[in-house]
Amino acid sequence: MSDPFGGIDNFLKDLLIGFGLDSTFVAVILKLAAAAVLGGLAGATAIVLIWVERKLVARIQDRLGPNRVGPYGLLQTIADALKLLTKEVLIPAGADRLVFQMAPLLVVASVIGVWAVMPLAPGLIGSDVNVGLLYILSVGSIGTLGIMMAGLSSNNKYALLGAFRTVAQMVSFMVPLILSLLIPTLLAGSMGMADIVNSQAGLWFIFLAPLAALIFFVSSIAEVGRTPFDLMEADSEIVAGFHIEYSGMAFGMFFVGEFVHAFTISALMAVIFLGGWRGPGAEAFPLLGLVYFLIKTSIMYFVVIWVRATFPRIRIDQMNAFNWKFVTPLALVVLMVTAIVDKLAIESGWPRFLVHVIANLLMVVGTLVILRTQAAALRRRLDVVPEAPVTQPETA
Amino acid sequence: MALQWLFIGAILLVGASMAALPIALNTLLGPKKPNKNKSETYECGIETVGETWVQLKGQYYIFGLIFLIFDIEAVFLFPWAVAYDKLQLYMVLEGVLFILILAGGLVYAWRKGALEWV
Amino acid sequence: MTPEQLLFLATGAFTLIASIMVVTSPRLVHGGLWLIAALAGTAVLFVLLENGFLAVVQVAIYIDAIAILIIIVVMLTRAVMKETDPQINRTWLLASLAALLLFGGLLAIIALLGPASRPALVQPEGGLDVLGKALVDVDGFILPFEIASVLLVAALIGAIVVARTPMRGEGGDWR
Repeated sequence: MSDPFGGIDNFLKDLLIGFGLDSTFVAVILKLAAAAVLGGLAGATAIVLIWVERKLVARIQDRLGPNRVGPYGLLQTIADALKLLTKEVLIPAGADRLVFQMAPLLVVASVIGVWAVMPLAPGLIGSDVNVGLLYILSVGSIGTLGIMMAGLSSNNKYALLGAFRTVAQMVSFMVPLILSLLIPTLLAGSMGMADIVNSQAGLWFIFLAPLAALIFFVSSIAEVGRTPFDLMEADSEIVAGFHIEYSGMAFGMFFVGEFVHAFTISALMAVIFLGGWRGPGAEAFPLLGLVYFLIKTSIMYFVVIWVRATFPRIRIDQMNAFNWKFVTPLALVVLMVTAIVDKLAIESGWPRFLVHVIANLLMVVGTLVILRTQAAALRRRLDVVPEAPVTQPETA
Repeated sequence: MALQWLFIGAILLVGASMAALPIALNTLLGPKKPNKNKSETYECGIETVGETWVQLKGQYYIFGLIFLIFDIEAVFLFPWAVAYDKLQLYMVLEGVLFILILAGGLVYAWRKGALEWV
Repeated sequence: MTPEQLLFLATGAFTLIASIMVVTSPRLVHGGLWLIAALAGTAVLFVLLENGFLAVVQVAIYIDAIAILIIIVVMLTRAVMKETDPQINRTWLLASLAALLLFGGLLAIIALLGPASRPALVQPEGGLDVLGKALVDVDGFILPFEIASVLLVAALIGAIVVARTPMRGEGGDWR
């Protein structure tokens, strides 16, 4: 019971070597099989995720959600998938066929590729490369490329505009994302995901760097394209954006990609800032570590859905101003302050947790003070202009 | 090491085929009744006028460029952050100086109005 | 022929073909997409050289930022979706002859120098933290490190001056 995953691995290895195969070949085959299983599972979770989201959003909006198809509407997603499977596949005239059909593949591949470096339990990680964080950033960019290809090849003005707006949004919010991911790197001393989880043994990173966690969370939600940043699929703005011309299962793949992406960023948030599989008794029973990981990811996914059901959509110029004039400077300041403060705390021997909490508190207070003075200045500027009366009072 | 990257390559291919399979299934199972109206470009039910291509604004380029600059900066900063535990205070301050210079560039872009979405 | 050699040959061939397609595609947008394929091939080559960091840096910078920027720039021009004229002009025979001569000359020089000039692949000791320390060490690369940031800011300022969109009130359309 102390190492079930290693036990399964050794059992399979002995089985295959017993068939007379070479040992490196066996290792390669086991890795490929593990990749297939992990990829398949990550994609298949979409079925559960869509149901969870629809039910949760419905309950927050004081209605029931799907409850006809199967007990509690559990089979609703399968019914939708079957419906999408039997739709006609329409490719618009003049569209670039190869690029058009490759775009959903890239989007889904980029989301599932992140699960390769996700530490699920002690000792259970798909690929323990020492550049895990940078790999996640670069794989996310393949999805951006897929969206751009979808828009370019659709032979449709609105798909083009929607795709480029989406790419501009995703690319803009990558900047605070990258900057906020530098902070766990310097706290853990490594980019590998397993190392980041291992170095949260004393204290989870969300207590050492709460502002960085918040910036990462907000930027990730904007990356995925969920409300309040869901201009990409704003039905009232650009008629469904870059996937207008997609019908049937190709559209379904974009949809599935978005949901699995939201779940993936919840998992990333849990791993990088909430300690991943860490919890009481996780080293002794690795399966317990897997359970902790799933619980933390589900809590973060609940927060993502909660945010979606609560906030209204913001406009694109508001979003750009929010990113470039608020989040990015904040991320830069947080990075600089955290780097200096952590080194000072370690060298002078002060308690690390206290120093970081005080530094973050000071940054929050400073940000609020700056925002307040800006708002007051704006209000003063607006009040100087005297308001002309709209209607003349009726005199008898 | 090579095995780890093989896993990454394999999972990317698995992801792509997980998307390709339902699409292929859809192409097999779906009805095929091509009609001239069905393959026209969509524009809320009316006919499209003019070309199906628009010229983009220059603002997209500026956003992409600023992202590129910060991306390269982050790539320089990642080794610095990985070596953080072994650095002395003055080395950390040198990294902070690097970030400050780039923050200055961002402030320039802000003041020049390059960050407005007109 | 080990599997790694086979993979290297396949990746090299793929990168070469993608590079040729970049310059000979009749549509500009296709050229941009083939460029992305060529850059991905280069990233795989970095993995084969056992340097994972440079491989992800290649994808994160080249494909994520530079290729997208190139496609945006291509979309800023006109007539991007139309087929352009064939990308080959009259002097293609002389040009390919010159390229082949250059390639043959390089091959001859490398072959003449012999195997002594080709050092074995060195496994780097220490990894990323050694690189990080060297970047900020006073005996290391601190001056190029800081000058790199100044260079980046100079590029940013230059591009903004050149590509600045008209400010609010000077005109400009809703797009």
